[in-house]
Amino acid sequence: MCSGKTIGDQDSCPMVKNILLLDSEGKRIAAKYYSDDWPTNSAKLAFEKSIFSKTQKTNARIEADITIFQGNTILYKFVQDVHFFVTGSDDENELILDSVLQGLCDAVSLILRSNVDKNSALENLDLILLCLDEIVDRGMILETDPAVIAGKVSTINVDGAAPLSEQTITEALAMARDHLARSLLS
Amino acid sequence: MAQPLIKKDDDRDEEADYSPFPGIEKGAVLQEARVFHDPQLDPRKCSQVITKLLYLLNQGETFIKVEATEVFFAVTKLFQSKDTGLRLMVYLIIKELSPSSDEVIIVTSSLMKDMNSKTDMYRANAIRVLCRITEGALLTQIERYLKQAIVDKNPVVASAALVSGIHLLQVTNPEIVRRWSNEVQEAVQSRAGLVQFHALALLHQIRQNDRLAVSKLVTSLTRGAVRSPLAQCLLIRYTSQVSAFSVEVIRESGTNIQAGDRPFYDFLEGCLRHKAEMVIFEAAGVITELSGVTSRELTPAITVLQLFLSSSKPVLRFAAVRTLSKVAMTHPMAVTNCNIDMESLISDQNRSIATLAITTLLKTGNESSVDRLMKQITNFMSDIADEFKIVVVEAIRSLCIKFPLKYRSLMNFLSNILREEGGFEYKKSIVDSIVILIRDIPDAKESGLLHLCEFIEDCEFTYLSTQILHFLGIEGPKTPDPSKYIRYIYNRVILENATVRAAAVVTLARFSNEVDQLKPHILVLLKRCLFDSDDEVRDRATILLNEKDKDFLFGSLDVPLVNLEARLKNYEPSEEPFDINSVSKEVKFQPLAEKKAPGKKPTGLAASAVPSSGSSAPFELTEAETEYAVNVVKHIFYEHIVFQYNCNNTIPEQLLENVAVIVDASDAEEFNEVASKPLKSLPFDVTGQTFVSFQKPRGVPAAGKFSNTLTFIVKEVQALLISLAFCVPEEVDPSTGEAEEDGVEDEYHLEGLDVVVSDYMLKVGVSNFRNAWESMGSDCERVDEYDLGTRESLAGTVNDAINLLGMQPCEGTEVVANNSRSHTCLLSGLFIGEVKVLVRLQFGLDQSRNVAMKLAVRSEDEAVSDLIHEIVASG
Repeated sequence: MCSGKTIGDQDSCPMVKNILLLDSEGKRIAAKYYSDDWPTNSAKLAFEKSIFSKTQKTNARIEADITIFQGNTILYKFVQDVHFFVTGSDDENELILDSVLQGLCDAVSLILRSNVDKNSALENLDLILLCLDEIVDRGMILETDPAVIAGKVSTINVDGAAPLSEQTITEALAMARDHLARSLLS
Repeated sequence: MAQPLIKKDDDRDEEADYSPFPGIEKGAVLQEARVFHDPQLDPRKCSQVITKLLYLLNQGETFIKVEATEVFFAVTKLFQSKDTGLRLMVYLIIKELSPSSDEVIIVTSSLMKDMNSKTDMYRANAIRVLCRITEGALLTQIERYLKQAIVDKNPVVASAALVSGIHLLQVTNPEIVRRWSNEVQEAVQSRAGLVQFHALALLHQIRQNDRLAVSKLVTSLTRGAVRSPLAQCLLIRYTSQVSAFSVEVIRESGTNIQAGDRPFYDFLEGCLRHKAEMVIFEAAGVITELSGVTSRELTPAITVLQLFLSSSKPVLRFAAVRTLSKVAMTHPMAVTNCNIDMESLISDQNRSIATLAITTLLKTGNESSVDRLMKQITNFMSDIADEFKIVVVEAIRSLCIKFPLKYRSLMNFLSNILREEGGFEYKKSIVDSIVILIRDIPDAKESGLLHLCEFIEDCEFTYLSTQILHFLGIEGPKTPDPSKYIRYIYNRVILENATVRAAAVVTLARFSNEVDQLKPHILVLLKRCLFDSDDEVRDRATILLNEKDKDFLFGSLDVPLVNLEARLKNYEPSEEPFDINSVSKEVKFQPLAEKKAPGKKPTGLAASAVPSSGSSAPFELTEAETEYAVNVVKHIFYEHIVFQYNCNNTIPEQLLENVAVIVDASDAEEFNEVASKPLKSLPFDVTGQTFVSFQKPRGVPAAGKFSNTLTFIVKEVQALLISLAFCVPEEVDPSTGEAEEDGVEDEYHLEGLDVVVSDYMLKVGVSNFRNAWESMGSDCERVDEYDLGTRESLAGTVNDAINLLGMQPCEGTEVVANNSRSHTCLLSGLFIGEVKVLVRLQFGLDQSRNVAMKLAVRSEDEAVSDLIHEIVASG
C-alpha cells in the first residue's frame, strides 16, 4: 500500500523534480534534485548536459520556454549567462511549474540586485542556495512569490545597504524597466 | 552572513575566467572548518567556510562518513553565535549532511530552542530541519510544538510545519500526523494563500482513504473561497477524483448521466473564469478528461484553451496545444474550431509546440485541407528530431486511411521523406506506412511499390531491404507489368550483402513462379546466383531452380504454426528427415491417451509427445547462478503427465553426459513412472531437455509431490575441446549408461515439485462471457463467499486469485481500476482438457481493507464446480 500511496500523492500534489542553475557552458552553478530519477552524480551530470545542449539554441530570454525530455516537462529561462531550469513530471500542470521558475528567476534577480550573471551568482552562492531552499522543500512547492523568497533570504543582510524588503519596490521597478528595454531592443 | 563573500563593489579584475572558488579543494576546506571551534567565532568567516562546503557538495563532491561526522560536530558549535545569517547557513548544511540518528541528539536541544524562538525565520527553519533529521521517539517530544506551529500566525512557520507534516506522513510517522487533523483543518481556513495550499494537501493525504470525508471536504471548499491559485488547482484535482467516483456510483445505480447532472461541473466551469492562468488550465485539463464527457461540457474548456494558443508565452501555448492534441484523439470534432490557430503554430519557434500542432491538425483536418497541410509540413520536417518525425509519419498514415482519395499527395510526401536522412526507427515507420497504404488502397499500389524499389537502391538498413524484397515478391507479380521490378531486384543480387542477396533470390523465384512469360529470363538470372560467394544464396538458388519443390516453397503452409514449432523443437537430428506431413493439422487439444506405450524406445518418446496446450510455465528447480540451472515444464495429458526438465550446464570445463532426472514419486500415490528419456550429452551453455513420464488415472485431477535428483556423468574438458564435443557427441550406450573411461558419476539435488489441481486447468478464453455463462445454465452452479482478511491492495488480491485458479481472465477483467473498492473478475478454463468451467469472482473492500470475495462457479460437471471451491478454500 505504501508504494500505492506515494503514486497517489504525486498524482494529486504538484511536485518539482529538480531545479538547476547552469552557466553558459552547461556547467553547474547550483543544482537541487528532489526525486530519485537521477540516483548518481553522473546521472545528474548527464541529464544536465543533455538538457543544456537541447535548449542551448533556443531563445528563452524574455519569456520562459518549455520542452519535454525523457518523460519530464522542463521549463527554462536564460538571464545573461545563467540558465535556469525547473523540471516536473510529464503530466504536471505546466503553468504551476512556470510559477516556480518565475519565482526563482525573479527572486535571484532581487537577491543579486538585477545583476544576474554567473560570477555574482557564485559570489553569492550562499544566498542562492538559501533561495532554492525557500522555494522548494523536498519537491513540495514552499513559496513562489519572489519578494517573499528574497525577503526571507535577505534577513541576513544586516550590513549597511538598505534591506531588500524595503528595496523591493524600487528593485521591481528597475527590473520592469530592464525587461521593457530588453524587449524593445531585441 | 554579514556580507557577500567578496563585496561586489570591491574593485576586481573583470577577467573572463574569474571564479570566487579558485582551486577549491576538499581537504583544504575541511581544514578551514576548524574555525568553527574558535572560542571567538567570526560569523563572516564561518559563513564563508560553510558556503565552500556547500559548493563542494553541490558540485557532486561527497564526504566520507568520518568527514561528514567531523563537519557536523563542528557545525553544532555554531549555535552559540547569535548571527542570523550564519544560523541560516547552519540549518542548510545540517540538512545537506543528513546526520545519522545517533548524531542528531547533539543538535536537537538547540533546534528545539529555536523552534520556540521569537524570530519567525528561526522557528520555520528549525521545524524543517528537525522534521527532516529526527525519527520516531523524538518526534513525539516535539509534536506539541508542531501542532502549535501549524496554526502559527506567521504563514512561513505554518507552511514549514505543514510541509514537514506532508513528508512525515509519506515516509516515517503517518500515525502522529493523523492526530493533527484539527489543527490542519484550521489552517485550511488560513488567509495566507500558501498555508491554505499546504494545509489542503496535507488534509487530503490524511483523509485520502476515507472517500466520504474527502467528498465532504471538497464539497465544502468548492462553496467557500479558496484564495491561493495553487490551492485552487489542488481542489480541482480532488474534485475530479471525487466526481469520477460519484459518476461510478451513478452508473452502478443504472441511470445515465444527464448533462448538468455531473457533480462539480459548475464549479469546474467557474474555474475557467478564474484570474490565475494555472487554475484556468487545470480546470480545462480536468474537464477534457472527464469520463464520457459530452461536447457541450467540452466547449467552454476548448474555448479557453484556444485563447491560450495565441498567447505570447511559449509555456501557455505549449500547455494548451498539448491538452488539445490529447482531446483530438478522442473528440476530434471538438477541436476543429481551433484549426486556424493551430496552423499558425506550425511555424512556432518551439519545435515541440509545432509538432503537437501538426499532429493535432492531422487528426482533425478535413479532406480539403490535406494538400495545404502537407506543403506546410514539408518545410518543417527537416528541422525536427527523429522521434517527432515518427509521430508525424504515424499521423499521416492514419490520415491517409481516413481519406483514401488523397493518397497521391500523402504517398508523395512519404516517398520524399524516405529519401532524406534519418535513423532506422524513422525509416522503418515510413516503410511500414507505405506498406499499409499499398495493402489498403489498391490505387496506391503501383506508385508505392516503385517508391519502395527506389528506396532499396540506396538503403543502408539490411532489415528494411529484406522486408521490402519479401513484400515485393508477394505484391509485385500481381501488378499489370511485373517486369519493371526485376531490374531493381536483380541489382540487389549484384550489389548487396549476403542477407539481402538471399532475400532477393527468393523474390526473383516468386516472380518466375507466378509470371510465366518472365520465367525463362529469371531462370537465367537465378543460374548466375549458383556461383555466389555465399552458401545461403547458393543453396537458395539451387533449391529454387529445382522445379519439383515449387509447391512446397510457395504453397501456403496449411499446418498451424504452433504445432509445427512444437514438432520442430522435438525433432532430433538423425538419418530420417523431418516430415512436415507428420505435423498435426488440428488446432484442438489432442487427447494423447494412446500415445506412449510403456517400454517404447526412449528416443521415440519425445517425438510422439506433441505438447498439448496443457503445459505449465517453467518452474525453476535450482537457485539462480548455481552450477546447473534446471527448470521444469509440466505437460498434462488425459492419462499421463510428462515433466520436461530443461537443463543448462554453466561450467565451461565440464561436459555432462547421460543426464537424467531421478524422480521419487513416493508422495504421489496415484502416479506411476512409465518412461524416461535421458539426455546424451550436455556441453557448456547449451540447454538440453530430459523427460520423465508418469501414468495417472484418467480424468482425475491427481495431486502429488515429487522430489528430483539430477544424475549425470561429468567429464573434464579442455577449453579447446568444447567445440569438438559440440560437433561429435561421444557415443554413450543408453542401455548401460556407461560413459568413456574418464567420466565420473555425480548427482545434484534439485528442488521438489508439486502437481496441484490447478495444473489441470487449461487457460481457454471465451469471447462473450455473459452468453457463455447464460448458456451454461445454473444446474451445476456453486456459489460461496470467502473472507480473505486484510490485503495490501485489491489489484494484488485479484491477481493472486487468478494465479491460484490458473484460469484465463476474460474481457479484460484482470485489470483493477485505481482506487476502486470493488471489482468483478471473469475467468474461464477447460478442466482436464474436457470440462468447461466459468468463474465469476466478486471482490469488495471495506474500510479496514478487509477483502471479501464471492465465488460463483458454473461448469458442465458439478464435481468440478465443487473442486474449484476446494482449490480456493485450501489456497
